[in-house]
Amino acid sequence: MVVGAAVKPFQAMLFAANEPEKSKPWYAIGIDIEKCIGCGSCARACKAENDVPKEPFFFRSWVEQYTIKNDGTLAVQSPNGGIDSFVQTVPEAEIFKSFFVPKMCNHCAKSPCVQVCPVGATYESPEGIVLVDEKYCIGCRYCIQACPYGCRYLHPEKQTADKCTLCYHRLKKGLNPACFDVCPTGARIYGDLHDMNSPLHKFLKEHSTQVLKPQLNTGSKLFYNGLSSEVR
Amino acid sequence: MEHLYEMLKQVDGYIYPNEIELHWGILIVIYPYITGLVAGAFILASLERVFKIKVLRPTYHLALLTALAFLIVAILPLVSHLGHPFRAYEIMTTPHLQSAMAIFGFVYLWYLMVVLLLEIWFDYRRDLVLWAEQSTGLKRRLYKILTLGVTDLSPKTIAWDEKLGFIITVVGIPSAFLLHGYVGFIFGSIKANPWWSSVLMPVIFLLSAMVSGIAMVMFLYMIVSKFRKVKIDMACLDEIGKFLFMVLILDFTLESLDQVHRIYEAEESFEILHMLVNGKLYITLFIMQGLVGTIIPLLILGFFRIHLPKEKIRKPLYLLTGLMVLVGVFFMRWNVVIGGQLFSKSFLGFTNFKLGMIGAEGYLMAIFWLVLPFCILSFFLWLVPPWKKHAEAELSE
Repeated sequence: MVVGAAVKPFQAMLFAANEPEKSKPWYAIGIDIEKCIGCGSCARACKAENDVPKEPFFFRSWVEQYTIKNDGTLAVQSPNGGIDSFVQTVPEAEIFKSFFVPKMCNHCAKSPCVQVCPVGATYESPEGIVLVDEKYCIGCRYCIQACPYGCRYLHPEKQTADKCTLCYHRLKKGLNPACFDVCPTGARIYGDLHDMNSPLHKFLKEHSTQVLKPQLNTGSKLFYNGLSSEVR
Repeated sequence: MEHLYEMLKQVDGYIYPNEIELHWGILIVIYPYITGLVAGAFILASLERVFKIKVLRPTYHLALLTALAFLIVAILPLVSHLGHPFRAYEIMTTPHLQSAMAIFGFVYLWYLMVVLLLEIWFDYRRDLVLWAEQSTGLKRRLYKILTLGVTDLSPKTIAWDEKLGFIITVVGIPSAFLLHGYVGFIFGSIKANPWWSSVLMPVIFLLSAMVSGIAMVMFLYMIVSKFRKVKIDMACLDEIGKFLFMVLILDFTLESLDQVHRIYEAEESFEILHMLVNGKLYITLFIMQGLVGTIIPLLILGFFRIHLPKEKIRKPLYLLTGLMVLVGVFFMRWNVVIGGQLFSKSFLGFTNFKLGMIGAEGYLMAIFWLVLPFCILSFFLWLVPPWKKHAEAELSE
């Protein structure tokens, strides 16, 4: 018992996971790939709402088009993050199936980016949202290296790490994140994992969901319905 | 941002849209290279001091001063690479202890202040006092300041200098291991990146650090002797060559094990890494790191174990071997840092890296950071020359 008590704080120092506060909502996201039509509205709205640089190298949210050909090979594209929508480059006769995958921060519960930030500028809000304090970030880019999903970039003007905040500023006002509001097919859903009556719980109950790269055990809170094994 | 549009055209396959730009460039290649030289040079010095390998005596002080000169510079490319260099102090004031990088400031300061500076000071204190007495002008003032006012030359105090210096060297060995093993951990602990994520990474970094540090001291010893027009101590050089051979074998074995393990397990990332090493890293990995930096030096040093040719042949071959090993380890750092960012974490494509000439991340700046430690070392050799120290020691005896 004594050894256990001594080891626990050491483990807490190494292991990147905080217990969620029961008194606060604990947000997670659901995306229904079967509903996404690749219109790119989410990526457009995200750039407009969050002043994300317009150049095609900086995205908090983007859409990928996966095309599996008849011969089993894969073609993936995301021109300008899908903002300008998509033009299929694979001839129709060669297509086995094609689908769109919207991407954004997974707001991981055991977040590698939070773990590696040397100054604690990247942190997890009490609601489970991974945020960056741009006044504190030193711009070392370790978090960008640590994110397995490519969700971070270095803001070219601010020279600090930048990423999806799940529109935290809107959530705090009782509004939905911009990308959720503009989705014409309702492919996106978010909600409180603590609230068993939330629409997110209904989504998780009714669909067979999967997270990206589950083998990395990042505690991703972005759940996809209809995720093919080809998607990474 | 024009260079990014240019890079966009060079993308091969699919990469996440945020992955066009490589976030760690040449400065982050230099940082582990320089810290490796520090750790390696220090470990070579400790062989003489702690493990009593007396034949290495001619390189002892040179190795320590080399370690110090490189350690002073080690932090500079790292800080200049930051988006906000003036916030670098936050790593010390509010470290986030879950981060491997957060410990850097403490490891660095420990190594600089507690290990290297103290060891060198205890080792040189008597000489500084004597030199202060014998010199005039600015040099005299400098020596006086460096004694920190401790001018007692009684045998008892000098014996304490020796004792404390020894203890610090003993502490310094695990510190050197910590310093560079830790740098390897920064990369090895990133599970998002299969090229980096390896439990062997800290050990590989440490061994390659020792290889580079030993090669650097060997190279510098020969160059400094040439400048001073003194005869090279061949027994010392042969001994360094022997250690270099030994550590190089270990390094090569572990790096090979790492690759064999990757190939045999052939995880999800295998295809993309296979394309990486046979494509974008072919020259830097197989030719520069493998052939130039490892195989040829191993053959030369191995040959010397079987047959020791004449001094006239050995000397240029040692010089060449040292240089080749130094080049090889530089490319090892390149292959880790740059190589690890060339492929997408989607494992579906590659981005490109073009090393520019000017700017903080250009190769001119990189050359500056690599030349600066030699300038600092030259200053040290002028101020506290190890060979004069020997003469003083002999005089006082």
